[in-house]
Amino acid sequence: MLAIFHTILARELTLGLRRKADVLMTLFFCVIVASMFPLAVGPEPALLKTMGAGIIWVAALLASLLSLERLFSADYIDGTLEQMIISRHPLALIVFAKVVAHWLTTGLPLVLISPLLALQYGLEVQDGLVLVATLLIGTPILSLLGAVGAALTLGLRGGGVLISLLVLPLFVPVLIFGAAAVDDAAAGLVIEGHFSLLGAMLVSALILTPWAVASALRISIE
Amino acid sequence: MNINWFKYASPASFYPLAGKMIPWFAVPAVILAVIGLIMGLFILPPDFKQGESYRIIFIHVPAAWMSMVIYLAMAFWAIIGMVWNSRLSSMMATALAPTGAIFCFLALWTGALWGKPTWGTYWVWDARLTTQLILLFMYFGYMALHAAIEDPRRAARASGLLAVVGAFNVPIIYFSVQWWNTLHQGASITPTKSEMAASMASVMLIMAIAAWLYSIAVTLKRVRCEILDRERHAAWVAELSTEAK
Amino acid sequence: MAELFDMGKHTWFVWGSYAVFFIFIVAELVLLGRRRRTIWQRLSRIKRMNSGDNNET
Repeated sequence: MLAIFHTILARELTLGLRRKADVLMTLFFCVIVASMFPLAVGPEPALLKTMGAGIIWVAALLASLLSLERLFSADYIDGTLEQMIISRHPLALIVFAKVVAHWLTTGLPLVLISPLLALQYGLEVQDGLVLVATLLIGTPILSLLGAVGAALTLGLRGGGVLISLLVLPLFVPVLIFGAAAVDDAAAGLVIEGHFSLLGAMLVSALILTPWAVASALRISIE
Repeated sequence: MNINWFKYASPASFYPLAGKMIPWFAVPAVILAVIGLIMGLFILPPDFKQGESYRIIFIHVPAAWMSMVIYLAMAFWAIIGMVWNSRLSSMMATALAPTGAIFCFLALWTGALWGKPTWGTYWVWDARLTTQLILLFMYFGYMALHAAIEDPRRAARASGLLAVVGAFNVPIIYFSVQWWNTLHQGASITPTKSEMAASMASVMLIMAIAAWLYSIAVTLKRVRCEILDRERHAAWVAELSTEAK
Repeated sequence: MAELFDMGKHTWFVWGSYAVFFIFIVAELVLLGRRRRTIWQRLSRIKRMNSGDNNET
């Protein structure tokens, strides 16, 4: 069981790191989106400080959306995915390994770059740390839920736009609690509740989504 | 009884049954809607607090109810379709979606027009309105996915899975949005259910039943189209078209 | 008659809601009827094609 997980994870990471441009593109997209807002709403520090957490969250969310289309498409085109489906290993586990690798190459860089963005928006250091922590718990949920959308839209025309339409409504709770935790931390409120809710969402996503993705892939491949 | 159910689970035998059922839902729907509209628009006196604008509630509340109920019904049929692998169930789910989306949009539209005279603004980021908006996006996602897939079997199964995932998320979305709303203390609306007059409640009930019956009738009609579309090469459809001529 | 349709200062809101409501319901029914007709046309085309095949053999 673990062996196949490791094999897939290693394979995906090797492939992902070989395509450095993809990783960097997602990262730059997030930074650019976050940099557009001050230009649009004006540079007042107080305004940016209140909006910062929300904007960084939306930017991270859009960036992880952008990378979802690539999650299964290469394996779909060269037939690897079909081999994975008919292999004797549980598909949900293979899918899980793929999603973990996807998060390590797209979600984690976003988490790592977020302190820089927090600095841009003049967030306090502790609030910046809270932001990093929410992104650390939140972005895996985005990757897991997004994988369902990516699997359902596999090989369709206009797949990228379609994924956004399918997946964005499902991202709403994560966005709400992630951004609110930072706001409440800035207001000096207790934020343990937010983290336990985000954690609960992560655990249920970890348990349920690999099965949903596996059955979506079976539907799409048939 | 069991045998009957399984018999009607096949599209070929459900098609004529649905045709026979439609008038039984459509006719009462029209009668109830006419009664409800005459009562609600012309006979009931204006509300002492809201004036005439409260009459919008008679279509707003049934539309909002139906949009939620239809999404759940969609997920229900999708689950049945997945578990028993029955074609008819997934066709039911597909047939429900446009009606649900229409009611969802109408709930938002009438809500906005009711909100303007009542709270002085067309749109507030209230928990109910926001959830309704997200529900509309989910209907659009469902229909877009179904439309994007050409193979009808894959379309039905993929959008069915999406409906089930969405149905799991609807309560989470609702509670998170509600919590977000109380947190920001923006515009929270307290429902005026306690002060609703009995006559008003009964008109609303009549309109709600009419909306239910209408939805069932339209869904049956659409499921008939869906059956014909997907079984167009089946022998029984060919016989059907000779009879119709 | 005019006063029957008069909704005080809320005329636009009330009739705006009801009008759009019925436009959408009617549109749904019309589109459904159109879809039904096109399906039947396609079915009769399929049938003609099939009977044509039978005559040739």
